[in-house]
Amino acid sequence: MSAAHDDHHHGPAKGLSRWLFTTNHKDIGTLYLWFSFAMFFLGGTFAMVIRAELFQPGMQLVEPNFFNQMTTMHGLVMVFGAVMPAFVGLANWMIPMMIGAPDMALPRMNNWSFWMLPFAFAMLSSTLFMDAGAPNFGWTFYAPLSTTYAPETVTFFIFAVHVMGASSIMGAINIIATVLNMRAPGMTLMKMPLFVWTWLITAYLLIAVMPVLAGVVTMMLFDVHFGTSFFNAAGGGDPVLFQHVFWFFGHPEVYIMILPAFGVVSTIIPAFSRKRLFGYGSMVYASASIAFLSMIVWAHHMFTVGMPIAGELFFMYATMLISVPTGVKVFNWAATMFKGSLSFETPMLFAIAFVVLFTIGGFTGLMLAITPADFQYHDTYFVVAHFHYVLVPGAVFSIMAAVYYWLPKWTGYMYDERLAKLHFWLSFIGVNVLFFPQHFLGLAGMPRRIPDYALQFADFNWISSIGGFLFGASQLIMLVVVIKCIKGGKKATAQVWDGAKGLEWTVESPAPYHTFTTPPNPDLIETP
Amino acid sequence: MLPKAKLWLALTVAALSLLSTNLQAAWELNMPRGVTQTSREIYDLHMQIIWWCVAIGVVVFGVMLWSTIKYRKSKGAVPANFHESTKVEIIWTIIPFVILILMAVPATQVLTEAYDASESDLDIQITGYQWRWEYRYLRENADEEEVSFFSNLATSREEINNQLPKQENYLLEVDNALVIPVNKKVRFLITSNDVIHAWWVPDFAVKKDAIPGFINEAWTVVEEPGIYRGQCAELCGIDHGFMPVVVHALPQDEYDAWYAGRQEQARAAREQSNNVVTMSDSLAMGEEIYNRTCIACHQAGGAGLAPAFPALAGSSVVNGDLTANIQLVMNGVPGTAMASYARMLSPVELAAIVTYIRNSFGNSTGDLVQPSEVNALLEAQ
Amino acid sequence: MSQTSQTSTKRLVTKLLLTVVGMFGFGFAMVPLYDVICDITGLNGKTGGQVVQEEEAKPVGDREITVQFLAQNAAGMDWEFRANDPQVKVKPGEVKVVSYYAGNRHDYAMTGQAIPSVAPNEAAQYLKKLECFCFQEQVLQAGESVDMGIRFFIDESIPEHITKLTLSYSLFDITDYEKPQAAVTLN
Repeated sequence: MSAAHDDHHHGPAKGLSRWLFTTNHKDIGTLYLWFSFAMFFLGGTFAMVIRAELFQPGMQLVEPNFFNQMTTMHGLVMVFGAVMPAFVGLANWMIPMMIGAPDMALPRMNNWSFWMLPFAFAMLSSTLFMDAGAPNFGWTFYAPLSTTYAPETVTFFIFAVHVMGASSIMGAINIIATVLNMRAPGMTLMKMPLFVWTWLITAYLLIAVMPVLAGVVTMMLFDVHFGTSFFNAAGGGDPVLFQHVFWFFGHPEVYIMILPAFGVVSTIIPAFSRKRLFGYGSMVYASASIAFLSMIVWAHHMFTVGMPIAGELFFMYATMLISVPTGVKVFNWAATMFKGSLSFETPMLFAIAFVVLFTIGGFTGLMLAITPADFQYHDTYFVVAHFHYVLVPGAVFSIMAAVYYWLPKWTGYMYDERLAKLHFWLSFIGVNVLFFPQHFLGLAGMPRRIPDYALQFADFNWISSIGGFLFGASQLIMLVVVIKCIKGGKKATAQVWDGAKGLEWTVESPAPYHTFTTPPNPDLIETP
Repeated sequence: MLPKAKLWLALTVAALSLLSTNLQAAWELNMPRGVTQTSREIYDLHMQIIWWCVAIGVVVFGVMLWSTIKYRKSKGAVPANFHESTKVEIIWTIIPFVILILMAVPATQVLTEAYDASESDLDIQITGYQWRWEYRYLRENADEEEVSFFSNLATSREEINNQLPKQENYLLEVDNALVIPVNKKVRFLITSNDVIHAWWVPDFAVKKDAIPGFINEAWTVVEEPGIYRGQCAELCGIDHGFMPVVVHALPQDEYDAWYAGRQEQARAAREQSNNVVTMSDSLAMGEEIYNRTCIACHQAGGAGLAPAFPALAGSSVVNGDLTANIQLVMNGVPGTAMASYARMLSPVELAAIVTYIRNSFGNSTGDLVQPSEVNALLEAQ
Repeated sequence: MSQTSQTSTKRLVTKLLLTVVGMFGFGFAMVPLYDVICDITGLNGKTGGQVVQEEEAKPVGDREITVQFLAQNAAGMDWEFRANDPQVKVKPGEVKVVSYYAGNRHDYAMTGQAIPSVAPNEAAQYLKKLECFCFQEQVLQAGESVDMGIRFFIDESIPEHITKLTLSYSLFDITDYEKPQAAVTLN
């Protein structure tokens, strides 16, 4: 204990070993965030290839097989490399500070769970340079395309998924242990900031479904290499079973990516409305019911596989139900803004854009839930538009909002507000030009995951591509803002934002290497 | 702000003028109403839900917009103190719930109808292949001539590779369309030969997965004669984007005539296989078959695509023993992407394709394969 | 961290790890679970390989049900494979015999396995087989052919609205190749 005690008063180690061996939650949070940012650019590059090929009808730049590799890698890198690690990074940085804890509950495991990720993605990306090419069967990797008909590199894919899954599970265990066991005296569960609440629920979802993902890729591994027939009809298996197991993981996964976003937005909107969050309690219960419902709606991704009508109806009704708690959240955010005292710094702009654009994604989600209508929408660009609205101006915008919100706390300097606003407006315009026309494309009948399309889809595709290039290029602005802010700028105060509430604003900016080695004064803890 | 606004205006004008010069496409914004009762009901359902969403959106976004204008700190707004209201929370839980029920009722109705494939007049088996569809008309007894054929993309590789201008139905045209009668209940039995595909015609609102080893059911009653186009909707490998669905809906009498003609053709094809073909006819036919059937894997110029798809140019098989070459095309290569073409192509076509590959891409065996040779091999097996 | 919170962390982590292991197991448990649900509901039109006893067949009424027979080869299989009778009409409870033809055109022996599927899905549970070749390995020598019989009846409890059902067989090549062919022909 005495050695550990001494350590608490040291600053960070010097050089590379600081990052390799660190067990400090702030360092690990930083690593996660930079890793996620790098993956965001990598996945974004893949997306640029996709949009460039789709700029005009005809095959211009890449072969169809490479195109399929791009869509697959884009999905995998963005979901598992960009969005999830970004939220884990935010959790690492902020949760201990928000609940008045000195660090995460399991700091060494924390280090480990981060350092597995670069290996997983190096392994996955290395397939791009192999003869057989990268995985080309879509990020949903439906059997038998991903088993009997897969390129040899599928084994790399399987192990990469195993490793990133293990990393997520360890991260989730750490967060649960931290939130349940490390809260400062006076920090009762119902006083926790919503970001902590939504992450706690997310972590439980991760514990419940990431092992199922590990199970499904293990079954694939057995089918590919050991002659089993889990998903192979020839041996009495069933390809549809794959989809059931995959989506049992896959649908909660969607909420794993959006629940922490709800937490971020529920933190930022009150701060810049200078008014308490409307309906804190109902927000907590709504998050929990969304998480619960997310476990029993998976087959709405499979309305066209030929389920019996009873199954179709059950999954339709259950899916429609999700819109009730989600609606409650949106109404609460609007009510928080109502009669507040609003200002529009960059985090607030991203948060408002989140509410509006995520709600549009929610509306299309409701439409997709209607089984007969889904027969028309399924596997078209309408679906692509839907989930990109939920994930890009949804999850990704919330991450950006969070980064701008907490950046002064991390670096000790204010970021360049003008550049940040430029980043917001270009992203906002870009993302809508990029994804809104895809609704029309889908409704008019353009299937997803095709490298070339009929002429009637030409116009909206080039508009979408222009939006894509604009959105992609604008992200470089964010990189500039972040680097500038690390290097210097106007000194940030401890409070940073006048309306911000929570323990993280009671420590100086930049936050010291070790915070809350002694628990904060319980009087500082307010109900959010 | 003013210069910025001007810049945006200029950009918008530039974009709009670009659009107006691009006349090749229709600005289709919505789902087609289609030509079946189901498709129309689905369209109405879709519109109903859109309007609900618009209504909710107007209210929610309206409150937000109002707040951003009215309650600005810069205008001296002072925040109110309220932060919860059980009454309000209950109201905005119950109202959406009621709206959901209003949506669920018609949705359940439409789904129940769409699921009832009983009492069909005509049954057709649809089989997905990488990357083509096969249609087989079910017969009542074994004596009838069976009508079955493959439906391949008819768009030329030159169009896809931008060497020729694209025609109107680019990527939505096939060599053999599915033909069905109008106003008859047609039941589709959908399955797959290899991976999962999905058969989709938007105008019918029929989309069903084709799953290897399993058979799925769908049905339609098309009310207007016409040509209807769709595509494979489930990622099925390299040429997923290149396996369209085309359906000709014909009045009953025209359909009957077409069906009889097809039966006649099937009979004739069997007999034709005894005819003698010339080199030039064979090469022309072979090239056409190559471009629609083989090129996806073996690539233009027989270059292949390493490592999965071997080159034909200079290949030891193509330049080697003729019989072995014919047998390979007929039977395929187990465990690889090379399918068996014994059923997909007629003896005449098999002879032509082998002749073509053995005398193209720098291969010059000079072999001219006669359909009768293929026939003999087929029978010998 | 105090001593008590350390032990409670340990206990919590143990519980969470057990949940992880349990959920991993649950993923695999979905396989038999799914089969059971399929058997009960005919979920995917999968009809079991099991046969029932003759005594269960009791002809009743004069409703006629059309039973269609489909045959197709899966990828890599190229036996001649077809139903000898494309369709038959049967009364519920009445025992019928039909057959499929399979012929190996190759000059080497092959093993095939036929996987049955029924449309509409809900009809699967009413199609009772007394004898069938479902899920059986069928070895055919070079040039050999065989007629494979199915004896079946339709359970009399079949709902009124089902007037036609389709039994489809997909034939898969499950020959255990030494794989020289593939290597030889790839160039």
